[in-house]
Amino acid sequence: MAAESAATGGPQSALFQRRRGRQLFEQAIGWVLFLCAAVTVLTTVGIVLILVIEGLQFFGDVSPWEFFTGTKWTPLYTNQAFGVLPLIGGTLMVAIGAAFISVPVGSVTAIYLSEFASPNVRAVLKPILEILAGIPTVVYGYFALTAVTPFIGNFAEPTIFNAASAMVVVGIMTIPMVSSLSDDALHAVPQDLRDAAYAVGSTRFEVTTRVVYPAALSGVIASYILAASRAVGETMAVTIAAGSTPNLTWNPLESIQTMTAFIVQVSLGDTPHGTIEFRTIFAVALTLFVMTLVMNVIAARVTARFREVYD
Amino acid sequence: MVGDTERTATQSGAGAGTATAGVTFQPQASEDDAPASPPAVEIRNVSLWYGSQQALGNVSLDIPRNRVTALIGPSGCGKSTLLRCMNRMNDLIDGVRIEGEVFIDGEDIYGAEVDPSDVRRVVGMVFQRPNPFPKSIYDNVAFGARINGYKGDMDGLVEESLRRAALWDEVKDDLKKSGLALSGGQQQRLCIARAIAVNPEIVLMDEPCSALDPIATQRIEDLMQDLASDYTIVVVTHNMQQAARVSHRTAFMLAGDDLVGRLIEFEDTDRIFLNPGDERTEQYITGRFG
Amino acid sequence: MAAGHPTVTRDSYVPRLSFRQTVGTGFLALCMAGTMVGIVFLAVLLTDVWRDGVGFLRWEFLEAFPSRFPERAGFQSALWGSLWLIATTAMLAFPIGVGAAIYLEEYAPRNFVTRAIQINISNLAGVPSIVFGLLGLQIFVRGTIGIGPSVGGGFGRSIIAGGATMALLILPIVIVAAQEAIKAVPPSLREASYGVGATRWQTVWHHVLPQAFPGILTGTILALSRAIGETAPLIMIGALTFVAFRPEDLLDPFTVMPIQIYNWVSRPQADFHDLAATGIIVLLFVLLSMNALAVFLRQWTGRRYGR
Repeated sequence: MAAESAATGGPQSALFQRRRGRQLFEQAIGWVLFLCAAVTVLTTVGIVLILVIEGLQFFGDVSPWEFFTGTKWTPLYTNQAFGVLPLIGGTLMVAIGAAFISVPVGSVTAIYLSEFASPNVRAVLKPILEILAGIPTVVYGYFALTAVTPFIGNFAEPTIFNAASAMVVVGIMTIPMVSSLSDDALHAVPQDLRDAAYAVGSTRFEVTTRVVYPAALSGVIASYILAASRAVGETMAVTIAAGSTPNLTWNPLESIQTMTAFIVQVSLGDTPHGTIEFRTIFAVALTLFVMTLVMNVIAARVTARFREVYD
Repeated sequence: MVGDTERTATQSGAGAGTATAGVTFQPQASEDDAPASPPAVEIRNVSLWYGSQQALGNVSLDIPRNRVTALIGPSGCGKSTLLRCMNRMNDLIDGVRIEGEVFIDGEDIYGAEVDPSDVRRVVGMVFQRPNPFPKSIYDNVAFGARINGYKGDMDGLVEESLRRAALWDEVKDDLKKSGLALSGGQQQRLCIARAIAVNPEIVLMDEPCSALDPIATQRIEDLMQDLASDYTIVVVTHNMQQAARVSHRTAFMLAGDDLVGRLIEFEDTDRIFLNPGDERTEQYITGRFG
Repeated sequence: MAAGHPTVTRDSYVPRLSFRQTVGTGFLALCMAGTMVGIVFLAVLLTDVWRDGVGFLRWEFLEAFPSRFPERAGFQSALWGSLWLIATTAMLAFPIGVGAAIYLEEYAPRNFVTRAIQINISNLAGVPSIVFGLLGLQIFVRGTIGIGPSVGGGFGRSIIAGGATMALLILPIVIVAAQEAIKAVPPSLREASYGVGATRWQTVWHHVLPQAFPGILTGTILALSRAIGETAPLIMIGALTFVAFRPEDLLDPFTVMPIQIYNWVSRPQADFHDLAATGIIVLLFVLLSMNALAVFLRQWTGRRYGR
């Protein structure tokens, strides 16, 4: 290796050999490793550049005012309208509906795992929840379309594609996210505090709900935000189950379209690159990116505050 | 850790002026006015196992009412474990098995009908590290009272508890401030206030000063003496000088090669330190081991 | 009894313990029921998929190519496409991810740049996968950032474009997993190595990496199992939905299992839905095998290193 040749070929100092080759080799390694880490930064830069460049070209043709306040979204029709609100509405409806499942269910799952379950029960339940988290979203989409929608049909009259079935499966798929991140937050609450609460005569229920859960609250809230962010960015399940009808409605039994589903719709079609129709997906993706970024940053802030208290 | 604590305490003892060969004595209630009333806690043949490892072997002792009782002994002798038998905190650890009886006011707290939460209301506890809840000072003190359905004037109770814990004057103007914002010594006094706000009969203290500086330690020790007029206090300490300064009676515990903690000697504190009955006690208090 | 507060007596407290314990038991029941929701749903989902898909589950399904006729349609191109894609993804994500993790754990100075890289990695992990698809479409497929000339024309709708996109997508997961594994190597080992005059790289290469390797491998396999189920970014870069051949080259067009499944799901005929279920069975089998492998590695190495 380079180091060895330098050691034998270099000037022979009495005690310390000057290993220039070895030093250069070490430096080169350092730079290569730095470049590996820099790939992640380049990825972010690339994403932002692409979204902004194509997005700016889009906003050259369509005013941001029309885009963000318009209530009609028909960019692929002859009678074009570029109001993104129906897509945002559809996205938020699914995310909020999903949160009604994932937040309560994920929270009690986390509380059970952290405060009640024995180590053996934990050892069984955690991998099962990991499997739930690892099921591909296209499978959730299949299940929503072929099982959840017919099931909802027992009580109501949904259209074949409907927001409700998407809410259910997106809610379920984000349960593990809420439960595992909340579980981490609950676990991080020092045992000291539980002891203190028990020592004044609290029952386990009171220890959990009045001391541990409030103490972990910021971590728990961060898990809710991250789950919502995941739901907003979720693509395949909503594309398959919720349909492709941009529709500013609050009726979950109707077909809607989310931002992600629209992007899929355009890229599956034959819309030529460089047209305004194609650029809509960058404008929509930019909006989506900013929304999820804001949520993730808020979650990170909230978590950081939580750490300050206990570290 | 152990060495540090002891050194610090020795210095503070020396500062107080009555140091004799590193051990400070203060006049205590002598044997003459030992209470005639029945003991506050009667521990009968208590043995305890963590899984398959026995940690306490057949301990029996009577804790006198309205006195400070100290449990001393080297690390791992089971003194904290014994303390936690008196309010069933050990129940919270998986795999713990306890045999024997602990009577408080003649009632076995390990009886089938007894709810551990009820035991802990009557037997309060202060921990090694100050552990206030991440709530306001007021809510910290009021917590146990609310849990236990206190019917009286909550503001009055909070004030009274803080006064009893000698903290009122320092915090009366910002009761809304987080308990975590206080200094270590103040936090520990807050924890004492929290414990007495549920009106316990017995207060257990598990090395309450080990995380505190000498001045804060001094204040807690003074407080223990004051509280002893109203409560029965049991304190676990690493620190023999502290035991000598604050307690009326001292139990010396020791674990043998089998790691099972046993009670070696339980006597008036003066006696333990001046004229121990057991050779091992003497070795321990003269610093030859532990 | 205790005269702590002249006005406070035992009677001042009404603990109502049995009521509180009942509430607690009810709450525990609620928590257990909630925990069961996810598990029951998983069971129902797996049963449902099995019932729908078992009919087409036979050897020919794996050998046949897509077809207009459900009974003749198969998964071969999707299966091979997924294998090619995962191999490509692994080849790119593993060295870059491990390199980045080594840099961050062993080399990086504690300064603003390092902190920024770390924050950036956790933010990237939260970017919706479809956005990575747009990145891949522009950079890897078309070789452009949206203005100016195309750089070398890109790779087209090929396996290498898909693999590179997927590699960027899972890179944050690989890096974080590798960092955890490297962090778990005791500092004493590094000190021992430096103590005998080893350079930084020699220490990393001969001592840190071998110790951390099982953990890194486990994390990478889990990340790859995420990639094998991903659909949206590949739709963006234009993975085809109807491919009647096996890819043979990194520049070949391709399809993958989830895209084939999506294609079948989005057809109206019920037969194709069942075919989708059959595809899902195969996909989940591959996924669970990978997870099992990861768990096995974790257990096995856990025993070996006494961790």
